[in-house]
Amino acid sequence: MKYYRSHVLVSVDPECVKRGAHEILDALQDELVAEGLIDEVQVLETSRIGDPAQGPDMMVYPEGTHYIGLTANDIPYIVKEHFLKGRVAAKFVAPEKAAVESELSAPTIKEIRVVLRNCGKIDPENIEEYIAEDGYMALAKVLTDCTPDQVIDMVMRSGLRGRGGAGFPTAKKWSLARDAVLPEKYIICNADEGDPGAFMNRLVLESDPHSVVEGMIIAAYAIGAVRGYIYCRAEYPIAVRTLNLAIRQARSMGLLGDNILGTNFSFDLEVRMGAGAFVCGEETALMSSIEGKRGEPRPRPPFPAVKGLWGRPTNINNVETYANVPQIILKGPEWFASMGTEKSKGTKTFALAGDVSHTGLIEVPFGISLREIVYDVGGGIKDGKGFKAIQTGGPMGGCLPAQFLDLPVDYETLGQAGSIMGSGGMIIMDDETCMVDIARFFMEFTQDESCGKCTPCRVGTRRILEILERICAGKGKHGDIETLEMLCKEIKTTSLCGLGQGAPNPVESTLKHFRHEYEAHIYEKRCPAKVCKSLIRYEISPEACTGCTVCARNCPVTAITGERRHAHIINPDTCIRCGICMQVCNFNAISIK
Amino acid sequence: MTGETIDKQTVMNAVEKAVQRYGASRDELIPILNDVNRSLGYIPAEAIEEISKLLKVSRSQLFTVASFYHMLSTKPRGKHVIQFCESAPCHVAGGREVWVTLKDTLKLESGETSPDGLWTLITTSCLGVCGVGPVILVDDDIYGNVTPDQIAGILARYH
Repeated sequence: MKYYRSHVLVSVDPECVKRGAHEILDALQDELVAEGLIDEVQVLETSRIGDPAQGPDMMVYPEGTHYIGLTANDIPYIVKEHFLKGRVAAKFVAPEKAAVESELSAPTIKEIRVVLRNCGKIDPENIEEYIAEDGYMALAKVLTDCTPDQVIDMVMRSGLRGRGGAGFPTAKKWSLARDAVLPEKYIICNADEGDPGAFMNRLVLESDPHSVVEGMIIAAYAIGAVRGYIYCRAEYPIAVRTLNLAIRQARSMGLLGDNILGTNFSFDLEVRMGAGAFVCGEETALMSSIEGKRGEPRPRPPFPAVKGLWGRPTNINNVETYANVPQIILKGPEWFASMGTEKSKGTKTFALAGDVSHTGLIEVPFGISLREIVYDVGGGIKDGKGFKAIQTGGPMGGCLPAQFLDLPVDYETLGQAGSIMGSGGMIIMDDETCMVDIARFFMEFTQDESCGKCTPCRVGTRRILEILERICAGKGKHGDIETLEMLCKEIKTTSLCGLGQGAPNPVESTLKHFRHEYEAHIYEKRCPAKVCKSLIRYEISPEACTGCTVCARNCPVTAITGERRHAHIINPDTCIRCGICMQVCNFNAISIK
Repeated sequence: MTGETIDKQTVMNAVEKAVQRYGASRDELIPILNDVNRSLGYIPAEAIEEISKLLKVSRSQLFTVASFYHMLSTKPRGKHVIQFCESAPCHVAGGREVWVTLKDTLKLESGETSPDGLWTLITTSCLGVCGVGPVILVDDDIYGNVTPDQIAGILARYH
């Protein structure tokens, strides 16, 4: 392979193309030829880099300089400055802020990139760039030097656990599938990343698909599978496209199909698309969906490793689990096991969302504290507000208050604290969030996504939601909290799959840590965070009101009365609590009580 | 993609194309339904009947699959489908106000289609672009960091 001293990646995002990205590419080519630099600087097309509204933009590596707002006329200047004189063309450099806003910014000091190492660095549509980053080397090593048992042994020594959320030891899963007696085994990648707020897998699939493909081929070799499926949710059309392309490229290079790399191991892979059902992320429901049926879970045992897809032994792992495998083989299980805690090894990707300054993806070693994640990696709470709670593990996770901030993040500690690792979504909430409203919100989600097969989940989530809705509407009554606690316990113990067993978590954890908020709603008919509309009142301060009438004129239900230049009054019976009056008041005279 | 009934020939063509693309196998049912839904905007009863014949799967079984998945619709949808992401990160980022404004502006509740057949308003599960919530999707166009006052402007692009 030819080596270049610099690589220029020009964004050919549709918006950037509209703004002249192709002209930029042509100008770069011409100018580099003219300056005699064409053998030293490589020009490549890439997907979106920054905000396309500031495009066309390009990235220069190895420096990582991001130039924005370019026109073809600027190119000769930039080429002379950057590549000839070795100076950054400062006037086109993107301001720092732009990097923070992108989904994946430069790693902060606490981060270690293993799964995300190639994201944003290589062209996902070009297999050669993956190969240049030692791609498919682990596969070659495995196929030529290792027996399947040795592969499983390496994965076991690394301590890798399932990144889909439950944290089941990967090697154990593999050896169960390997030991299964029935022939014609299958392998599945669970890319049905349905947890709201979690989009780590989407980024890996879209920007480094080959790491997943390679991990799957290695797993297939280890368990002796003949065929594999990547079940990707339909909400991720770009990921589906990138994966299909990656598979085609791998096949054309002999990395998939018959006699892979000239050995007698044969395996092929295809992408299956979901059609929008959250429960399909559950492994047995996912298999039903691949079979063309309703995505409903089935009881386990039999486990997929014994009787899975079409009744055959099947191994299912998550995107991130597979993406870790080639690195473990290449760098050795000891390297992997050196990161993390005693029982949770390696790194984990998380998606930060909510009221944190830097939302987006991060990858950190296990054992890092929640505080480090929120404040050091996430930059703290937005707008200088206070921290109230962090919800980990997606809609079936729990909300943890400030006293858990120093908790080291791993599968066990989060579980003990009343939450879960889940797939890695983290929603950070500031002190203006109502925890009862949040619990109601998550219940709405799980109630809606319950597939309806088993009664505790179908009916139980509905009952919890009804009670929470009543509490938020100011109609909570004595005994509600106790009923909620009982329902949570029973749904947890009697539901068929992870969805039902986890559904009460947001309610249970908020009841435990924010019980006073429930009590304020029920007994004092008050929403401490001033969120629940039925429990708040808008009031005009007679001292501050100048009688300008702007609020009365903007009120959609004419609930505000008063004469010009005299203090106005809001009629609480007519008021619909839309908050428009507060927005339009120029004198800050209106407040929520 | 209109609210009017689609003539039988169009339905047959769409079904035939999808079945040809994936093969007449039960395993390929969901990709087939997805394709039909995409080309017709929904899955009409005639399509279910035709697929049932081609795949040799009973109509009730087909219907139970078609009605299970959010992205498949057995009812006609409007010319433009607006999907609002109802997930927590969007909710925390101010999604509720956007949702209320959408409903008020269109005078529709979730799942309804406007009488003129122009709009269908539905909610969607997480689209995975949580960094820019609240998010709405109009047909295939995604809008991030949406505020209530932008709604009218966004909708105006589709008239």
